[in-house]
Amino acid sequence: MQGFLTLFYKELLRFWKVSFQTVAAPVLTAMLYLLIFSHALDAHVEAYPGVSYTAFLVPGLAMMSMLQNAFANTSSSLIQSKITGNIIYILLPPLSHFEFFAAYVSAAVVRGLVVGLGVLLITSLFALPGVEHPLWIFVFALLGSGVLAVMGLMAGIWAEKFDQLAAFQNFVIMPLTFLSGVFYSIHSLPQFWLGVSHLNPFFYMIDGFRYGFFGKADVSPWLSVSVVGVSFILLSVFTVHLLRTGYKLRH
Amino acid sequence: MSAAIRFSGVKKRFGELEALKGIDLAIEPGEFFALLGPNGAGKTTLISILGGLTRADGGTTTVMGCDVQRDYREARRKVGIVPQELTFDPFFSVRETLKFQSGYFGLRHNNAWIDEILENLGLTSKADANMRTLSGGMKRRVMVAQALVHKPPVIVLDEPTAGVDVELRQTLWAFVRSLNEQGHTIVLTTHYLEEAELLCNRIAMLRQGEVVALDTKQNLMQSHSARTLSLKLFPDVLPAPLQSLLIREVEGVYQLRLDHDGSLEMILATLREAGINVRDIEIMKPDLEQIFVAVMRRHAS
Repeated sequence: MQGFLTLFYKELLRFWKVSFQTVAAPVLTAMLYLLIFSHALDAHVEAYPGVSYTAFLVPGLAMMSMLQNAFANTSSSLIQSKITGNIIYILLPPLSHFEFFAAYVSAAVVRGLVVGLGVLLITSLFALPGVEHPLWIFVFALLGSGVLAVMGLMAGIWAEKFDQLAAFQNFVIMPLTFLSGVFYSIHSLPQFWLGVSHLNPFFYMIDGFRYGFFGKADVSPWLSVSVVGVSFILLSVFTVHLLRTGYKLRH
Repeated sequence: MSAAIRFSGVKKRFGELEALKGIDLAIEPGEFFALLGPNGAGKTTLISILGGLTRADGGTTTVMGCDVQRDYREARRKVGIVPQELTFDPFFSVRETLKFQSGYFGLRHNNAWIDEILENLGLTSKADANMRTLSGGMKRRVMVAQALVHKPPVIVLDEPTAGVDVELRQTLWAFVRSLNEQGHTIVLTTHYLEEAELLCNRIAMLRQGEVVALDTKQNLMQSHSARTLSLKLFPDVLPAPLQSLLIREVEGVYQLRLDHDGSLEMILATLREAGINVRDIEIMKPDLEQIFVAVMRRHAS
């Protein structure tokens, strides 16, 4: 337990010491998105009846920032440790595979939540969405960050160079995030792309999260929570298995 | 009592390269043990297997009786490894680094021991400095400190003095020696053979993934390339009975093989009987370096 707590704390401190880059920067980016898109689109688009586009956009941006930062935290920490070689100080101690997994993932989830909260606080200056179901908001924030934290861990274990990690981020994470309905309701899409969007697990994170604010969404929050929850469990089981076999970490 | 470290038939292959060809080696508690060998002999691979950084393809490895794979948590608590590569986490200070390392080993209140290690390694004044700001030698000291935070009964140093100044070497060896006297088992790999000669009581030599020599330092020193006796004689003639012992003659200095303790007396008696005076005499003992070279050469042919 002490091993887990220490590694968790170390991972927290690692991003907190550079919080300008890891917290303030993504909050600013989200605010810029909001300013630009709401300026361009607020008068033209109404995603839900009675919900302004800017208000609609806020939860989407918050979730997108959480996902990206949760992913970035585990993946960049691990790849840096691997490339500089100091991963050895984590591999030599008697940390169990599960402690290793839980510490990295929890710290990344905390970063996701801190960034998400920051985005909500800043953007609420422009457009305050209502809060219909705070518990759903919290559940999806937690699970969404969790899934991406685990994916980041997987990517960090797999990648041997920054290049490969960037490829994973740009060719897998970014498309899945941007096509998940951050900027639009998928019901505005043609039938084919509507169907495709339903295959994207990130869609359910954002849709469920949005349900917490507006009390309405494209699909039921129960469906969303099931999809996201099952994704989290499957990815976690797989990643703990990678750690147990020592894939790419213990040769 | 079980061995401090036991390798039994340990094999490891990296693609085409057979890095370890079945290593059998037992290191007893309290030993100061040297693992020598040229680059690529398999020393670091062997140490990596001990620390669980690398998984062996065959055989078993135990630390104080705990299997490094099956019982990995217990095994890792019992060993502290100073890795060869200079690595550090640039985010943290020296003290943070050591506190984290203690925590990974499950230790919460370790400050007294951390202070003691810092003191012994001459790091006290750098305790709150960021790792990035330290010189190479100072970083190396922190790496040694990191391996000691959990007071492991077995301490492994993989070339700890590569690229390190004289002062650190002396501080380090004084500290490691005192740890050995307190009962810690020490395993050392080094390219500075005089260090191994000075510090270690038993030596294994590795070559291309095999143990080619394993003995106490004394036996190794005696059994390999016997001592030589150099003589300057007047008149400058080596008596016939001694010709069989002659290794070479350089500018009037005769170098004779000195096989065992009695032969010195025999040589001197022979000279006296032949009426030849000894003008200069010197006994040369082989050092570890010569033995090392001899062992490696013998196994190469």
